Amino acid sequence: MRAGDLIRFARDAATGNRLRTCLLILAMAIGVAAVVVLTALADGARRYVLNQFSAIGSNLVIVLPGRSQTGGFNPGNAITSTPRDLTIDDAQALRRASAVYRVAPLAVGTSEISVGGRLREVMVAGTTTEFIAVRRLALAQGRFLPPGDWRRGVSEAVIGARIRDELFGRDEALGQLVRIGDRRFRVVGVLAATGQGLGMNTDELVIIPVALAQAMFNSNTLFRILVEASSREAIAPAKAQVTEILRLRHEGEQDVTIITQDAVLATFDRLLGTLTIAVAGIAAISLAVAGILVMNVMLVSVTQRTAEIGLLKALGATGATIRNAFLTEAAMLSLAGALLGLALGHAGAALIRQLYPAFPALPPDWAVLAGVATALATGLAFGVLPARRAARLDAVQALAKR
Amino acid sequence: MSTPLIELSGIERVFHLGDSQVHALQSITLSIAAGEYLAVMGPSGSGKSTLLNLLGLLDRPDAGSYRLAGRDVTTLSADEQARVRSERIGFVFQSFHLVPRLTAAENIALPMLLAGIAPAQRGLRVRQALRDYGLENRADHRPDQLSGGQRQRVAIARATIMRPAVVLADEPTGNLDRTTGEEVVRLLEELNRGGVTLIVVTHDGALGARARRQLLMQDGMLQQDRQSSSGSSPESCAPAT
Ligand SMILES: Nc1ncnc2c1ncn2[C@@H]1O[C@H](COP(=O)(O)OP(=O)(O)O)[C@@H](O)[C@H]1O
Ligand SMILES: [Mg+2]
Repeated sequence: MRAGDLIRFARDAATGNRLRTCLLILAMAIGVAAVVVLTALADGARRYVLNQFSAIGSNLVIVLPGRSQTGGFNPGNAITSTPRDLTIDDAQALRRASAVYRVAPLAVGTSEISVGGRLREVMVAGTTTEFIAVRRLALAQGRFLPPGDWRRGVSEAVIGARIRDELFGRDEALGQLVRIGDRRFRVVGVLAATGQGLGMNTDELVIIPVALAQAMFNSNTLFRILVEASSREAIAPAKAQVTEILRLRHEGEQDVTIITQDAVLATFDRLLGTLTIAVAGIAAISLAVAGILVMNVMLVSVTQRTAEIGLLKALGATGATIRNAFLTEAAMLSLAGALLGLALGHAGAALIRQLYPAFPALPPDWAVLAGVATALATGLAFGVLPARRAARLDAVQALAKR
Repeated sequence: MSTPLIELSGIERVFHLGDSQVHALQSITLSIAAGEYLAVMGPSGSGKSTLLNLLGLLDRPDAGSYRLAGRDVTTLSADEQARVRSERIGFVFQSFHLVPRLTAAENIALPMLLAGIAPAQRGLRVRQALRDYGLENRADHRPDQLSGGQRQRVAIARATIMRPAVVLADEPTGNLDRTTGEEVVRLLEELNRGGVTLIVVTHDGALGARARRQLLMQDGMLQQDRQSSSGSSPESCAPAT
């Protein structure tokens, strides 16, 4: 039998029973669409997180107190016990490293902010004028913390957009005095709204000079030192230099954890990449179910078409021809289902992107390919048994059946 | 006389039903020359269909040999037998056995499709066959849109489209009324006049009498093998050599 004839014959056989064919294609399509949409979601989550991290600033080397076991970034280490303080002097010392462009110390704590009887709890970040550049933040109003001696600092504060709205409403915030903890600060700037981000939400942050923050929290240690390398290539040397400087300053002991943004990104990338694969695997189970459906439907088809199979044999069809006809039919049904599923899946992902523009829900190419390939493979694999059963039918008995 | 087209010798076919055995065919020895017109008759269950299936290579004997055009076909592989069926044998069934989703033209083309004949060639031959069997304006009708007689004409066109040497018809008029049945028989006899060996299973005596040679089966055995020339029948019980 010619290939073209085989395909046409299988197509006619498939379209001969509309309902059965439509249900089967739908089942396959749902499986493939599930793979496409779920991997689009998972991969979208991965991209979203990566984007968020990239937004923190580029070429970043982050120093945190305490030695992490792995040396890499581990979300569990975000709060580490502090064997030795990471001090403002440490941070200042890092400025001398050749590969380092900017350094911003960061002390963090919570406190209360109040103005005109309104009061709320806030996250307070103590830092220096470099912070805004290192973290790539933008101001909506006013200016950032002024440059000056890190160990002193004027009583000025920069507040997040949300804090501004809550404390001042429609009133002017710039130049107003606020009470943070037991100190009074003058509001000199308002950060531009950024929306929900990873880690620190800058919309609900109050930024004050690092020395004042340490005094407020009665602590000498920093939460982080943010180091910006002078270029992308300088990240590795900067890390090495930072490591060496801090080791010397800490009596030869390596008691800080230094992570680069690349490492953070790589870890998250890996983590969320694994999630995508896992999700794809779960979605693929629905494809296996669809495969079993293919087998069932094809078995029913063989039973219904027993007389036809007997006839084909009488007309000179070999077992192989009959097997191929049924396999082709299974493959065509699977392929049609896979294509429909692709269309549905892409439409679903597009809808998600439409509804949540910030969320890049795009199915990765490998998942699309794997989804279609799995659909075809399961369709064929589960089509083999019915096809062989058809090929082995006894012609005389098959013809006798009606 | 040259070698006969069909030579059966000592054919046995036994069906096992649980513990019991059914001897559907017993020591059948028979030879049929090319171009013969043969009727196989006998009561229901006498083994007529079993014999025809065997002749059509749809079934294998448990013992004995079957030579088709001088070649032993019982030892052929299933695929080789399929090829012989495709090239040399045409079947006509009592219940027509048309594929319901295919049109008349497509049903007629089916053996050529299976044999891998090019579409252009197929189209030509199908058009000719439609003309020969008066089905030109039924070409695109599906079987359920055809009368019984038309269906059987489609089936005969299909059986002959590969120009087989033998046409095997198992009760071809069994599902037809008398006049339609006669029309179908005339078509088959027309084929025989064209040189095709025609073997018709029937239990209709009148129909059987039209054949030049009649086999009478009884309990799986060949009871009579008589040659008749236009009604007068010189009987001979001796199995042909
Ligand atoms: N597949 C089978 N299994 C068991 N017995 C069968 C089978 N086919 C035919 N037979 C038996 O063989 C005998 C001959 O059957 P068959 O050739 O169909 O008779 P006929 O066509 O003359 O009516 C019958 O007794 C029938 O029951
Ligand atoms: Mg019968």
